[in-house]
Amino acid sequence: MEVTTDINGKEFRKILEKWKGVKGSVIPLLQETQELFGYLPREAMVEIARVSGNTPSEIYGVATFYAQFRLQPVGKHIVKVCHGTACHVSGAELLDETLESELKVKMGETTGDMLFTVERVACLGCCSLAPVVMIDNEVYGKLTGDKLKKIIRKIKKGEK
Amino acid sequence: MSGRRVVIGFGSCGIAAGARNVYEVLNSEFKKAGIDIPIEPTGCIGACHREPLLEVREADGSSYLYCEVDEKRTREIVERHIKGGEVIDEWLLRPDYPYFSKQKKIVLAHSGVINPESIDEYMAVGGYRALERVLREMTPQEVIDEIKISGLRGRGGAGFPTGVKWSFARASKSDKKYMVCNADEGDPGAFMDRSVLEGDPHAVLEGMIIGAYAIGADEGYIYVRAEYPLAIERLKIAIAQAEKRGFLGDSILDTDFSFSIHIKEGAGAFVCGEETALMASIEGRRGMPRLRPPFPAVKGLWGRPTNINNVETLANVPAIIRMGAAEYAKIGTERSKGTKVFALAGKIKRGGMVEVPMGITLREVIFDIGGGIKGDKKFKAVQLGGPSGGCLPESLLDTPVDYDSLVATGAIMGSGGMVVMDEDTCMVDVAKFFLSFTQSESCGKCTFCRIGTKRMLEILERITEGRGRMEDLDELEELAYKIKKTSLCGLGQTAPNPVLTTLKYFRNEYEEHILNKRCPAKKCKALIQYRVVADKCTGCTLCARACPTGAVKGKSKEVHYINPDECIKCGLCFEACRYDAIEIITGESISASGSNGDNEKIYVGGER
Repeated sequence: MEVTTDINGKEFRKILEKWKGVKGSVIPLLQETQELFGYLPREAMVEIARVSGNTPSEIYGVATFYAQFRLQPVGKHIVKVCHGTACHVSGAELLDETLESELKVKMGETTGDMLFTVERVACLGCCSLAPVVMIDNEVYGKLTGDKLKKIIRKIKKGEK
Repeated sequence: MSGRRVVIGFGSCGIAAGARNVYEVLNSEFKKAGIDIPIEPTGCIGACHREPLLEVREADGSSYLYCEVDEKRTREIVERHIKGGEVIDEWLLRPDYPYFSKQKKIVLAHSGVINPESIDEYMAVGGYRALERVLREMTPQEVIDEIKISGLRGRGGAGFPTGVKWSFARASKSDKKYMVCNADEGDPGAFMDRSVLEGDPHAVLEGMIIGAYAIGADEGYIYVRAEYPLAIERLKIAIAQAEKRGFLGDSILDTDFSFSIHIKEGAGAFVCGEETALMASIEGRRGMPRLRPPFPAVKGLWGRPTNINNVETLANVPAIIRMGAAEYAKIGTERSKGTKVFALAGKIKRGGMVEVPMGITLREVIFDIGGGIKGDKKFKAVQLGGPSGGCLPESLLDTPVDYDSLVATGAIMGSGGMVVMDEDTCMVDVAKFFLSFTQSESCGKCTFCRIGTKRMLEILERITEGRGRMEDLDELEELAYKIKKTSLCGLGQTAPNPVLTTLKYFRNEYEEHILNKRCPAKKCKALIQYRVVADKCTGCTLCARACPTGAVKGKSKEVHYINPDECIKCGLCFEACRYDAIEIITGESISASGSNGDNEKIYVGGER
């Protein structure tokens, strides 16, 4: 998926148009905008404020309140390490360490080549497969550091 | 639904375990062999620990559930069972599998049985008949009375009687009312609502429509976590199907009752599970709770009377109408009726979705259904109710699962997360884990919730780092008490529970950390040290290669050594070792060995 941040582009305009005048539209507006750009560019939030009849600070307040929204561009692949209770007691921390050492980033960061963003999430609800990691929309369960390393290396290889 | 078919468990767990691959292999094998048997998806079958699951249903009604089906097994099932008619016994999960033995399925009755994307299959098992009966034969008041008689209480955690809640919303006079389904399942360690939505979405819709009729609502919202894409997709399909059949929309079943449902995707905020925060979020604002009264039943969404029920609660409603409230009330205990769905996870042998009659003991759920602890380790605690709940010790395992008995222990029934912990789990670390969760999820409105949880977290961090003082324990209790007293919503009122229950039942672990600088479970990094066991090390170098910091020293075929100054205690060497040659020491053993202990001598010796 090609990521653009053209806020005058047709696609972003379409989203604004779709939610115009709909009550309670701020969150879906932000969600669809993020879907389009991969994050919430500042200029897009200003536009959303204008269209939805809010101040930019209100939109910023909403965007920073919810965990889903990002204000920075993200990598091509998003690696979410589940830190739910079951994963926590089954070694999620070890998976963090594995990613950090394999990709040379800290949790929450994006690799220099913009290939991976790694982050911790609260719970993916696949507790009986703990510990789990979600990469893009695919869930990988019963992981060990070694298995995760192999998965990451495979994705890396596919990108070359 | 006659004829032979193959059904594959397509819940999130099944898919994660490889159900899609099984489907593709099966499909291509069928094509190759010219076999024309329908392959259908179903929801969560419940036995998540044995996924992927594949069921062959024969035309005569018999069925065979195969477990842990991988590519190879799929091919063999096609060859031997589908073509050859031979049942492969050793891969079967039989109905007498102990995991299923003590369960009673009402909410999950159709999950894993029907295709959740087919309204016809839902109707074939009695779906939408409750709605028909309600609309044709019952007044809204009669519906409410029926739910009251059933004794149904909210399954979201607090256990408020559903019929009473509905009667409040019904009593409010307004030209517009809302019916909301709370599917913002945020407790870490809980996935009941996800399974119900994925496995039987129409049951939730039917319950919601019945509720809307009872309270007089014409518009509804399902507030569901964006992290549950499959549940959202299945809900969308179900809503479109129900609209097409006239169960949703204008003049439902040709009566003058109209009701429509929208889906709202939550954007990730735990506090939105709280009713008033959830409504603020639907309205497009920050999800911050507000003072009650006015209660949502009086002044809710956009100022209109609103009723909010949890997914599992609503899924019970059609079943209650179908079987009759009196019949339903026979299940369970005097004050807790029906069943409860639990997400059984953690250090348990057989994890997954279980539905049990109220009144069953925790021991029965964990040991009879769940098969006890993984790797036959020792049971330490069971965590109920997520960040709002508590950790219960072995001595309380005979507590019956009902709202009041569980509250008496300091835990809560909660939404249904049941995470089992073994001897390797540090209870101070668990308390810290939950508190760091609630601390970061606190919306910040109430001072004690915002700052008090932060202070509690700092104390817990201090203790796990070996810098705790005995007075800290009193301070934790005092802060906990004040946070509970002064918080507006359920998040703050319950946030201290994990700390309070661990202090109550596992105080010795706190004391060990403070007095002896020892973490009995060997989890707290500041209090442990990794060390090579010299007589077990074969010098295979696996640990050295796994180490991200180069702390593991040693040459091939020589005993290795871990330099404690370089070690970041990530545990990767421990995981990599195949000879149990890396041990974790804590407390006195560290000071006894010293930072330049025996190991280094061995290492130096090895180099010579």
